[in-house]
Amino acid sequence: MAQQLKWQLGTVVEVRIETPTVKSLVLDLPDWTTHQPGQHVDVRLTAEDGYQAQRSYSISSPPEDHHVSLTVESVENGEVSPYLTEVLRVGDQLELRGPIGGYFVWTTASLSDRSPLLLVAGGSGIAPLMAMLRHRAASKTMVPTRLLYSSRSFDEIIFRLELDRLAAEDPSLEVFHTLTRQQPEDWAGYSRRIDREMLDEIAWRPEENPLAYTCGPTALVEAVATHLQNLGYEPGNIKTERFGPTGG
Amino acid sequence: MINGRSLRLDGNAAGGLLNEVFPFDMTTAEVVCAGCSSTKMIAELMLYGHGMGSVLRCPGCDTAVLRITHIRDIYRLDLSGVTGLRIYERAS
Repeated sequence: MAQQLKWQLGTVVEVRIETPTVKSLVLDLPDWTTHQPGQHVDVRLTAEDGYQAQRSYSISSPPEDHHVSLTVESVENGEVSPYLTEVLRVGDQLELRGPIGGYFVWTTASLSDRSPLLLVAGGSGIAPLMAMLRHRAASKTMVPTRLLYSSRSFDEIIFRLELDRLAAEDPSLEVFHTLTRQQPEDWAGYSRRIDREMLDEIAWRPEENPLAYTCGPTALVEAVATHLQNLGYEPGNIKTERFGPTGG
Repeated sequence: MINGRSLRLDGNAAGGLLNEVFPFDMTTAEVVCAGCSSTKMIAELMLYGHGMGSVLRCPGCDTAVLRITHIRDIYRLDLSGVTGLRIYERAS
């Protein structure tokens, strides 16, 4: 079915502080249809003189939610993200179009073989994977799932408490963290960038026919995709989404 | 480049812009690269630039597969890097 996306106005109903540099904007969108976990929206800002700037942001809420959440990291000297994270307030309006993308998506409806799921995130690349995890939890499918999440420091782990809770409630979900720059004294997780050895320890065996989704900075995503292929993953079963310098 | 890092994204981020021209989800459309004859989903191409104009390159051979600009109400597409395009008709 042919479909052209239209720009629509949303109203901010909540701003959640996730980390010192990351906020989630919860939007009420009267013209929203529904989305699939992993999809993104284009956000457009228009200045008084007509100048427009546009960026893509992943949706972090599941389709089961009444509202749509965007999780945005403030990029220093960025054109769009500082406005979204520092200026926008509850009650303000935001122009966007979406949902966009049919490639980097995962839904429980598309599960035919119950392939185990491997999610690998770097920084704010957790956003689309969080939509998948929340959708998975809401639909109670119990697909065996492992998340490997790389953050710079403990305070910069986005959704840390919610991830802890999801993993505690569900034995079929395992969450692994690595902190690349700074670790608390009693840190029991990994303390380095994601490498082949780490993936070898955490990733499902290729014989289990796993599906892998990785999202984050370009270098992380490309390293993960290469390591997984070297471990024997089918290239077609590794879905990647690069965030560039994190969106701007 | 920003802070020494490349602004490269993937074709997934061009889905909104391409949808202004093609009334379909183009991120799952498949293109045949004129440079190396490989078939790739648009989501898998490398995207340079964003907003007003974009270049989508083949991840295998770096050929500029598709260029698109939107300047002063005119869309311009250069498809000289594409020898085939398959668009799936389904709800995007």
